[in-house]
Amino acid sequence: MILEVLSYGFVQKALIAGVAVAIICSFMGAFLVLRRYALFGDGIAHVSFGGVAVGLFLGVFPVWTAYVLAILGGIGLQKIRQSTKISGDAAVAVVLVTGLSLGVILVSSTGGFSIDLFSFLFGSILLISNEDTMIILTISAGIIAALVALQKQFLQITFNEEHAKISGIHVTLLNYAFVILAAVTVVTSMRLVGILLISALVVIPNISAMMFGKGFKQTVGISMLISVFSVVSGILLSYYYNIAPSGIIVMVAVAVLVGIILARSAGLISKINIKKQSDITHNS
Amino acid sequence: MTNVLEVEDLAIGYDSHIAVDKISFDVQEGDVLGIVGPNGAGKTTLFRAILGLQKYSGKIKLFGLEDSKYHSLIPLIGYVPQKVIFEPNFPATVYDVVSMGILPNKKLVKGIKILQQCGCCWNQFYSDLGNNSKKVMASLKTVGIESLKNRRIGELSGGELQRVFIAKSLVKDPLLLILDEPVTSVDVESQNKFYELIKKINQENQITIVWSSHDLDAISKYASRVACMNKKLFFHGDKEDFFTNKDLLKTYTESSMQMHMHDHDMH
Repeated sequence: MILEVLSYGFVQKALIAGVAVAIICSFMGAFLVLRRYALFGDGIAHVSFGGVAVGLFLGVFPVWTAYVLAILGGIGLQKIRQSTKISGDAAVAVVLVTGLSLGVILVSSTGGFSIDLFSFLFGSILLISNEDTMIILTISAGIIAALVALQKQFLQITFNEEHAKISGIHVTLLNYAFVILAAVTVVTSMRLVGILLISALVVIPNISAMMFGKGFKQTVGISMLISVFSVVSGILLSYYYNIAPSGIIVMVAVAVLVGIILARSAGLISKINIKKQSDITHNS
Repeated sequence: MTNVLEVEDLAIGYDSHIAVDKISFDVQEGDVLGIVGPNGAGKTTLFRAILGLQKYSGKIKLFGLEDSKYHSLIPLIGYVPQKVIFEPNFPATVYDVVSMGILPNKKLVKGIKILQQCGCCWNQFYSDLGNNSKKVMASLKTVGIESLKNRRIGELSGGELQRVFIAKSLVKDPLLLILDEPVTSVDVESQNKFYELIKKINQENQITIVWSSHDLDAISKYASRVACMNKKLFFHGDKEDFFTNKDLLKTYTESSMQMHMHDHDMH
């Protein structure tokens, strides 16, 4: 039965693109979660909604305009955090509602929601073309290459920005590179689970992996496995039961997280005894 | 004796508040300079200026070098702050965190070239630029935490964590090690082990150390020179001169008490 499903071209494309998206979301998501930027994905996804609306309004391929607006949104977010005292989550909220409002204005001025817009909001992985698959694979390869090349610097900045500065790392420049990469990751991934659920793929597998992964590489590896498992099983289940793949992919990821929490409570997975921050900082 | 660090007329202010008021001192090669002063005396602000994190007026020189050459050498300074804030759930082992202290070869080679131009021979430790694993293990051994190398960072106690950050600073064979009140919230046993560690790092690894503390007993035992400051510099010289100067000790104790009472009132 599985072999029969896998013989369909649209399922093959969905699985190939889905696995690529699962990998980039896990890798990028690890940094986002550790920087307490978990809602960054959500904020940028809503900005990309504005970008999609701009594309549909202008008659341009909406994915390209989504990339442009998401990158501008990411840079804007970083600028707000750097030059004002607005906290990270409040800055995300500002960028999120700006993008969403732009989308609503453009959508309402062109006569309401279209099928195209719904496919961006809720994902349409089973409907992607050969061209879409190639775009997703190419951009994913670029994101992975950039993250591998900058992993050490990003890890140091994520661990402690001041220590990174003292070590001679160009923190300001790399923070901009980081938000641009994150924005590109979010837009590349929105065909899989849609704008509304993208932050789930960025956050949930990483939270699960951080419960028992020791080093950073091990944790990212576990997160990727959980993410790929969620995407592959979600796509297959959606085919069998005729359900929207985005919802089921996220529900599988949530089920894995709940399973890990229960297994830890039952003592099946060794607990990592994380101390409170107050216990481990030296206060003067 | 070579001057590792020279500070001339250094002044730092925030708006109308003066944090450091035109202080000048030097640190000679092999020194353990103990900096004493009450809370709010400007010790941390002084360190942040030395590390390029704080704007200042005046001059700071490292091995006699200033401006851009000095800034190129900042990554070669080891630093352990009084507060190390990180995400407690951070998935990194002790080995991973200490590895973060390793500088890329490009930065090391640049630093070595600058130092060679000024006739310093700090590069003696860098015959083996690429062997990072060996450097990390040597650092862990120096601070006595080899057995913790695979432990996750969030699982450690305050004393263990303090050693991890010292190892992280040592892994680059620093030109200078700056320790900002590193034993503030560590138990007495760990404090004593820490003081012995400072002595060992200074004597065996031949690393010059600048160390701020409120613990006058420890300063009298482990520092070679003392600087006493409360925004202004009141004393800088050999520790024997500081600890035999009763007027100075009285002034220091009174200003510390006043600061303590002030902090107490604020809470």
